Amino acid sequence: MSVLVFADSAEGKFKKSAFEVVSYGKKVAEQLGSNLVALTINANNNEELYTYGAEKVIAVSNDSLATFNAKVYASVIKQVAEAQGSSVVILDSSIDTLYAAPILAVGLDAGYASNVVALPSATSPFTVKRKAFSNKGFSNTVISTEKKVIGVAKNSYGVFESPVDGSTETFEATIADSGVTSIKVERVTGKVTIADADIVVSAGRGLKGPENWGMVEELADVLGAATACSKPVSDLGWRPHGEHVGQTGKPVASNLYIAIGISGAIQHLAGINASKVKVVINTDPEAPFFKAADYGIVGDAFEVVPKLIEKLKAFKQA
Amino acid sequence: MKILVCISHVPDTTSKINFTENDTKFDTNGVQFVINPYDEFSLTRAMWFKEKQGANVTVVNVGNASTEPTLRKALAIGADDAIRVNMDATDGLSVAKQLAEVVKNGGYDLVLAGRESIDYNGGMVPGMLAALVDFNFVNGCVGMEIDGTSVTATREIDGGNETLSTALPLVIGGQKGIVEEKDLRIPNMRGIMMARKKPLNVVEPVATESATSIESFEKPAPKGAVKLVDADNVDELISLLHNEAKVI
Repeated sequence: MSVLVFADSAEGKFKKSAFEVVSYGKKVAEQLGSNLVALTINANNNEELYTYGAEKVIAVSNDSLATFNAKVYASVIKQVAEAQGSSVVILDSSIDTLYAAPILAVGLDAGYASNVVALPSATSPFTVKRKAFSNKGFSNTVISTEKKVIGVAKNSYGVFESPVDGSTETFEATIADSGVTSIKVERVTGKVTIADADIVVSAGRGLKGPENWGMVEELADVLGAATACSKPVSDLGWRPHGEHVGQTGKPVASNLYIAIGISGAIQHLAGINASKVKVVINTDPEAPFFKAADYGIVGDAFEVVPKLIEKLKAFKQA
Repeated sequence: MKILVCISHVPDTTSKINFTENDTKFDTNGVQFVINPYDEFSLTRAMWFKEKQGANVTVVNVGNASTEPTLRKALAIGADDAIRVNMDATDGLSVAKQLAEVVKNGGYDLVLAGRESIDYNGGMVPGMLAALVDFNFVNGCVGMEIDGTSVTATREIDGGNETLSTALPLVIGGQKGIVEEKDLRIPNMRGIMMARKKPLNVVEPVATESATSIESFEKPAPKGAVKLVDADNVDELISLLHNEAKVI
């Protein structure tokens, strides 16, 4: 019996979420008195995972896995889980994994719990805490099947070092028929994406027009943050739809979310509730966002943001 | 083309979330239920196919009789008929198994669902359904075109989009982008009147076992009051974010 973690990578490099799920998997393996195995696909530095407790890394290298394909990836994870006799398979919650995990669960005949935010509170019955109701609640869910698939919500557990002497084995996976073929990938390069960002700087209609986004981008640059926006802003075409954060837009689970000129409609808050620390800058002291935020400044964004940029630059240099 | 649209019956986004029976049940008291927003995008896309390319659109929900007004609303928007699988929805896998039975019996070419529901946010039903019926699957779909049986679909990826080629039969997990929010339809009086006459077939569930069950619910710990910083003192904000919150 083992616990298998899929450590996701992009262009050979592990995502931060890979270290988070390995850290999480290490603890689950301890709880179950079992060993931890990490699966990597086309990753370069497999030994990096030893730092987080992966004693054994199963490395799959195959050119036909260069582009993510949900059915194919699910099949590879299934093959490794079966070869390793894994009773629990742990994944992160990237857009790709959320696509593959349900297929994997059916393939393994396993119960699947997504959006898991904490270690299992019990292993018999196997009970995990999950986000529900768009972050307005949690459900303590029992997985009753023999095999279990767990999706760990982003930034919900953290990255913890627990170095071990690990070893890496290669695995030849059989590649399944995909049925879905990638034709073209268009990615905004050179920018921090909302999914990867530890910090997100977001702005709303309070900025009055797209021409005023320069300061939002500058603030994001200083912080190494991704930029985002509220729904009305993307509806008005001031910013691309990919930046829309909220109920029907992108969810954000960053460590820091800075909202500038966003009043805080309930649909917006549903998308950002999972962020750890929220800062709001708004002229209206009655804006609902102040009730959801940890820190706030009642003030004009056009005065506050430039000052904040200047002071942050000095802080970063200090 | 026969299209099936999976409709989840969910509390409206603005609903207050409370639990009853010792935090084991969702409290529906005073809660307005709606078509899951992600499903609504997919339903609208189905209407588009129906009108532009010709298709028969069936909507389906796995749930008890209380979900029928939501199915009627989908009929008022323009679906041709509705199916309710008469079962209290328990977990993603058992719902997917019921839907798989409907798909197998109905001979559908295209199944449209939302990427996730806004109540349990599991995001598992479309993918599980695709795997159970062995259809192609595209999740997080933000655009699609059909030509005969070949499909071009676009899905959202981290930091961009990916264009995919695939074929019917197909399951889609849709979201905003598959149609735009401004194109969502509000049922008009004629649609509402017509919906009353459209068939809503209740079918009994097949035997399934749930893979997961909810033992209890919790609400997030109450949040402390916001700490306000003077607009002239952004240094204090930086200090709080660095020393207290430790996020910069």
